[in-house]
Amino acid sequence: MTLTTADRKYTMFSPVLTVLRDVLARPSGAIGLTLVTAHLVLALISPLIVPYDFKATNSSMMLTGPDMAHWLGTDHMGRDVFTRVLLGGREALLVTGIATPIAVTWGGFMGIFFGLAGGRIDEVMMRIVDAFLSLPWILKMLVLIVTFGTGVEVLIPTLAFFYGIPVIRIARAATHDVIARDFVSAARARGHGRMTIIWRELLPNVLDTLMVEGAMRWSWMLLAFSSLSFLGFGVSPPTPDWGLMIADARGFMSFAPWGVLGPVVALSSLIIGINLTADALAKALGIDRAQKAPV
Amino acid sequence: MLRMLLRRMALGAITVAIVSIIIFSGVELLPGDACTAFLEREAKGKLLENCREAQGLNRGPFERYFDWAASAIRGDFGVSANGQKSIAELVGNRLKNSLLLASSSLALGVPLAILLGVITGLWRDRPIDLTLSTIAIFAMTIPEFVSATVLILLFSVWLGWLPGIVLTPAHAPAVEFFPEIILPVIVLTMVMTAHILRMVRSSVIEVMAGDYVQMATLKGVPYWRIVFRHALPNALLPAINVVALTVAWLLGGVVVIEVVFNYPGLGRMIIDSISDRDLPVVQAIALIVATVYVGVNLSADLLTMFANPRLRTLYMRQK
Repeated sequence: MTLTTADRKYTMFSPVLTVLRDVLARPSGAIGLTLVTAHLVLALISPLIVPYDFKATNSSMMLTGPDMAHWLGTDHMGRDVFTRVLLGGREALLVTGIATPIAVTWGGFMGIFFGLAGGRIDEVMMRIVDAFLSLPWILKMLVLIVTFGTGVEVLIPTLAFFYGIPVIRIARAATHDVIARDFVSAARARGHGRMTIIWRELLPNVLDTLMVEGAMRWSWMLLAFSSLSFLGFGVSPPTPDWGLMIADARGFMSFAPWGVLGPVVALSSLIIGINLTADALAKALGIDRAQKAPV
Repeated sequence: MLRMLLRRMALGAITVAIVSIIIFSGVELLPGDACTAFLEREAKGKLLENCREAQGLNRGPFERYFDWAASAIRGDFGVSANGQKSIAELVGNRLKNSLLLASSSLALGVPLAILLGVITGLWRDRPIDLTLSTIAIFAMTIPEFVSATVLILLFSVWLGWLPGIVLTPAHAPAVEFFPEIILPVIVLTMVMTAHILRMVRSSVIEVMAGDYVQMATLKGVPYWRIVFRHALPNALLPAINVVALTVAWLLGGVVVIEVVFNYPGLGRMIIDSISDRDLPVVQAIALIVATVYVGVNLSADLLTMFANPRLRTLYMRQK
């Protein structure tokens, strides 16, 4: 039997470092974390290192194949594909990087609160959560986006709101697991208030679950964001974005496949990296995530 | 037993009712109404008046909600915002096509996923498990439009084996969608199989480590007899619920797939009506999809309960 981090959390090492070490010790964690880190670093420094201007069109260089000057060729407007692939994840990482913590925080607090409160209010709340979950994500988001516009200032709250709702359920279930334990009864017997119990007793114990949940939400948000871009409801041109680039280049796929392959590899490697990391993190913390379905 | 059944069905009905309130008030809360949204800049004077008349927007919100909900129960969703066609008629063909796509993928994906899930679970951490599990992670995490694009590039552009785009009109009979439907079905099956496979795998591993399997082994029951008689019936039970959750994913995932392959189903209609700002159609589709989702989950819950003697008696005792 292998020891999980949960079993040896309170050693002399700081818990964060222990978890990190455990994640890195697994092949999936090492590969995943490397991919994610590389993407984050590239997103930060790419404006400094790109060889061309991402919106510089060149009508004499349309859809030329890869060569020494343009490593990944050019697109239908003569723009350098390599430049646009390097820059194409910035918007996605910015939006999902802000929306994910917001979603996990508000969903987590609501879930813990209703899990602790129980009774009528919990029952009613869960019906509402179920109702929201029964609508396909794309429908919910598109209605808001079409009404309020497709800017970053609309996408972040929309993603944060809808992706926080499933977190309520997860946090509530995790709270139910913890709440029956003795230390919660002890805190109650000591006369602590509800907020103190949430903050001091419940939150530290559901934090593991929320962390894994956050990693998964991040990857699903990226999936949603790039799908929206692909459908033409995400970032607006000429901003380089992988989803949008794939949509644009699809029409020329038969004779200029490089326009599709660059963003495909970039987007896939980021999402796979996040998922591998989430997988290793879940195993390191001793949480089974196989039974979760995409929402 | 009957009481439990009725209780679950009532809960499902309540969920659908809440969904209808969310859909209705969601559209109410948005700036403007169905007519101003659809007519956009021409929303003034006679045109706006006529549209509001046709949509019955001159009444109070409560009256309109109950009218809308009552007709929806009878299968009447009113007319689309351009005032021409009955929504029920518009949606009918599209729904049929989407169901064709979804059910073909389920028919292909569920048995495949269970088979592969059992194989990976039994041969845990062996090369076959590592290979299949890695492929599964790729299949389930890469966005559908990306895998669809790659498959089109591979099978339709480079190899020329399969058509990469659907040209059959929406009202054509189901057989005419062959062979255009093959690639979309493959993409949907891939993602779905990956999800169910992972769940079945972990379930098989858990059951095979159980006390009764160890007991049977110690008694000298042959390995394959243990697998088929003791382990699998217990391991596959939770699969029912995962399949139901996958259907929920299918309802959303199908939207992107239908756009990629130009497939004339409900998903593409969602995108079209949202782009046209045809809110009555959006409302109708949302309600239909949510009802299907709740219905599928309810059936899965009940099926699990009937199939599992332990749960059955548990619920009977609770009443």
